[in-house]
Amino acid sequence: MSTVLDQQQVTLPAGTWQADPVHSSVGFAVKYLGVATFGGTLTQFQAVLADGELTGTAEVASIEVKDENLYAHLQAPEFFDAQRHPQLTFTGRPVEGARLEGELTMKGITKPVTLEAAVTGPVTDPYGNERYGLSLTGVVDRTEFSLNWNAPLPAGGFALANDVTITAELSLRKAA
Amino acid sequence: MRILAISGSLRRDSHNSSLLRAAAELLPPGDEIVFWDGLRDVPAYDADEDREPAPAAVASLRAAVGAADAVLFATPEYNHSIPGALKNALDWASRPFATNPFRSKPVAVVGASTGMFGAVWAQAELRKVLGAMGARVADVEIAVGHAAEKFDDAGSLADGDVRAQLAAALATLRAEVDADLLVAA
Repeated sequence: MSTVLDQQQVTLPAGTWQADPVHSSVGFAVKYLGVATFGGTLTQFQAVLADGELTGTAEVASIEVKDENLYAHLQAPEFFDAQRHPQLTFTGRPVEGARLEGELTMKGITKPVTLEAAVTGPVTDPYGNERYGLSLTGVVDRTEFSLNWNAPLPAGGFALANDVTITAELSLRKAA
Repeated sequence: MRILAISGSLRRDSHNSSLLRAAAELLPPGDEIVFWDGLRDVPAYDADEDREPAPAAVASLRAAVGAADAVLFATPEYNHSIPGALKNALDWASRPFATNPFRSKPVAVVGASTGMFGAVWAQAELRKVLGAMGARVADVEIAVGHAAEKFDDAGSLADGDVRAQLAAALATLRAEVDADLLVAA
């Protein structure tokens, strides 16, 4: 049984909950060459919900894309600068309208962001643990975080859009 | 701090090479500058030849960059852009991209020209290329225009303003290197 709360303030469960890393995911999607949207995931992350506040950390080195040269470019100073800023972080709390408001830090720059939020559950999983699902999505302007790389296109415009959709699908287990 | 100095000019009495020697004289005690002089010997880039062992001049460039804490370039400007020999050497050094020695390496670019603009367009294009290679490009630009008037007959820098700009550029590189050391600690 699950419940999706819409257009109300999401109610986050009390207590401390941790994202199950195998069955949760964090990713991004951005329009490339003005047409198709391509995306990637960050495979190493932690997310903890405690006292109604969600705190998440993801490792820039764990970005997965389908090309090793693109991976290297994303790690470089002109992109995420993983050497100096190895982590992305988010902290947020629920507000009215099924959203989380909080702060996102990328490349050492912290900006307020709002994420659409949907809570499902609770359910009791086959191992007897209580679980909630928390689905988050939002759009950020990457240039606000000094992620400014782009390339002009011969016919005008630029290769990479500034608006990036970030998503997190979290399967939250009650901390022991 | 060990700085690798690379001049984009092969000319014997190059103003850009003189600019790098002037920078060397401004380095604080304890820091050192190493000049890479293999530019003339780098063959034209050919992906078919891009394998181990690399041509000797290419291997020397990759090793010199790897052993340096930072790299300082002085570039002339040919047809509003980077001299072909310098770009060619960087094309070799940037391969393979994912493991090239310029990744996250602090670099700075300065330039001199006999005209009034001081190689500003070549500097901008060189910074773009270095950024694409994954280097940490310092916020530095020194445009030494009318270079023939800025150096004496022995090639020594005779201009106090340029000397001050060079000292500031070295301090910027130093700060970038220190920031990386702080992260590594």
